[in-house]
Amino acid sequence: MRDYRNANEAVALAVRLARVEVVAAYPITPQTAIVEEIAGQIARGELDAEYIRVESEHSALAACYGAAVAGARVFTATSSQGLAYMYEMLHYASGSRVPVVMAVVNRGLAAPWTIWTDHQDSVSCRDTGWIQLYVETAQEALDTALQAYRIAEHGEVLTPVMVCLDGFVLSHTEEVVEIPRQEEVDSFLPPYRPAYYVDPERPAVFAPGMGPDLYPSYKRSQQLAMEKAREVIKAVDEEFGALFGRRYGGLAEPYRCEGAKAVLVTLGSVTSTAREVVDRLRQQGHAVGLLRLRALRPFPAQEIREILGGAEVVAVLDRNCSFGLEGAVCTEVKAALYGLARQPQVLGFIRGLGGQDISQADIEEIFQHALSFSPGRR
Amino acid sequence: MRIEELREEEFVCGSFACAGCGAILAVRLALKVLGPETVVVTTPSCLLGVTTFYPQLAFKVPCVNVPFPATAAAVSGLVAGLRRKGRENVRVLGIAGDGGTVDIGLQALSGALERGDRFIFLCYDNEAYMNTGGQRSGSTPLGASTATTPVGRGAKGEDRPKKDMLRIVAAHNIPYAASASIGYPADYIRKLEKAVKAGGPAYIQVLTPCPPGWGYRSDLTVHLARLAVQAGQWALAEYEEGAWRVKEVSNPRPVREYWALQKRFAHLLQESGGEG
Ligand SMILES: Cc1ncc(C[n+]2csc(CCOP(=O)(O)OP(=O)(O)O)c2C)c(N)n1
Ligand code: SF4
Ligand SMILES: [Mg+2]
Repeated sequence: MRDYRNANEAVALAVRLARVEVVAAYPITPQTAIVEEIAGQIARGELDAEYIRVESEHSALAACYGAAVAGARVFTATSSQGLAYMYEMLHYASGSRVPVVMAVVNRGLAAPWTIWTDHQDSVSCRDTGWIQLYVETAQEALDTALQAYRIAEHGEVLTPVMVCLDGFVLSHTEEVVEIPRQEEVDSFLPPYRPAYYVDPERPAVFAPGMGPDLYPSYKRSQQLAMEKAREVIKAVDEEFGALFGRRYGGLAEPYRCEGAKAVLVTLGSVTSTAREVVDRLRQQGHAVGLLRLRALRPFPAQEIREILGGAEVVAVLDRNCSFGLEGAVCTEVKAALYGLARQPQVLGFIRGLGGQDISQADIEEIFQHALSFSPGRR
Repeated sequence: MRIEELREEEFVCGSFACAGCGAILAVRLALKVLGPETVVVTTPSCLLGVTTFYPQLAFKVPCVNVPFPATAAAVSGLVAGLRRKGRENVRVLGIAGDGGTVDIGLQALSGALERGDRFIFLCYDNEAYMNTGGQRSGSTPLGASTATTPVGRGAKGEDRPKKDMLRIVAAHNIPYAASASIGYPADYIRKLEKAVKAGGPAYIQVLTPCPPGWGYRSDLTVHLARLAVQAGQWALAEYEEGAWRVKEVSNPRPVREYWALQKRFAHLLQESGGEG
């Protein structure tokens, strides 16, 4: 079925289709429509789930954690201040290898106070041990939320996933969305069957204390799970594509990168704008391309080397700032390219903070700037 | 249930608690009443530190450790998750120290109480943050010297009265709330049984003296837990179906007697010249 949906509604649909069993969430703009819609689905009898009306985001994730260790499939969603408020719980969830799926409707962080989109909230949490997938459209939000459960619950991954979507630009903008049928989703996503859960027959401690002799091995296992997640994210995207006819490039999605001298790296919804600019510049004879990072964690370093290794200049568009350095993605792209025999020049551009619009003209300017660095043009 | 009727089986044993730890006794008794079909949710505190530091895992029931502010929120999640999985027979017991209850855990506890889920929350009250070295909490009594309310020139220890947590909890109109003392085990056990039977959230705050934190000899724990009640420093109260009941003290003792046994009040006695 096709219908108009914004990304918030699309995520709520995914929650229903994934047969989530326990939801705990706290409202914050621009995430609110997700939790309202889920509450509505439960009230209308469309979703058979427990909705825990928590009093904060810290509690939202703690409640999801509790429900998940009881063996239930869980969901939460937040934005910005709410994600920051959850910070401590983020590490508990990932460290305990609990497969929570959370929608992060990206919004800038105060101060100054803002409700509009940028990626500072989730990028600031990139070291919390969560998988982070950034989507470009409402359709992808729905599809990625479904994929997220397969990834998070994979026996060798068991790592929580953030599905990051740009506030307002995606969360409040309707587009035509193909809504999968329940039977199709059921065949893609079986019920969650955890190997470990709270069971008095097999008493266990979740999140015990660990001394310096053992603690590192647990952290290493998280890192190995992230490495494994690279494969799993790609395989799940492929499988999803075979079933539903929609693929998103796994970890990173190149667009017209063949023979490109200058490539722009993006995350999220601005990619759609950049595609149009790439088409126009290509038409004008400029060798430009685009690489959208779908996963920020695990970081697609290999894909970046393969796709960007042949470019002369790489421009990285960051909707965040790692204060005292530069845009966080820019640093990471540079690190990925480190050691290549022929290294492209990497230029960082911080744009679109706190909802600042990024127009085609802005992106064209970035490309012009990048092309002017290209040795062929000098 | 009389004390003699308690199960022999231990559900927390081999902990690293100090000799004479009141807290571990409170937890031990609670689990004997609740039994094996229980999951404990606990939080950074002495209890967590002395029971669940791998490989020393002292609980014989499942135990879920959560962040300091989050005990009651995780309890809610477990209640929902277990219900969802058709295992609501498993009792959920949240346990936190006074700091994890009356201070940093208050918001989550208020939320969980208000949601009305069926669980038991046990606050073991040793009247300070013992796990981090004995700093004051909202539950520290007036006058007690702690690591952050030291006695000095112009400073006489804790300068605010103890937070009246039981009334805060009762204001949520939950089915059952009580204060207890490990010095009165029969009363404590009876209250635990009532908590088990309550149709919704039940809260018990139990006084658990702490030898190093309060500064007394480790064989005096139970004595002090009784003396606190007899000296009017701890009430054995019950809030049930909207009504309060407070146990009358049959043999009141002077507060000085209670203070005199503990270093944390030593300055008060010097000041009052032995009067009390
Ligand atoms: C968010 C957070 N802040 C501070 C701490 C440090 N901390 C751990 S236990 C504790 C005190 C616990 O006091 P209480 O709850 O009374 O339990 P007790 O140790 O007295 O048994 C503190 C301050 C922490 N673990 N997490
Ligand atoms: S410091 Fe006090 S509360 Fe902590 S283990 Fe020792 S006696 Fe028990
Ligand atoms: Mg304490």
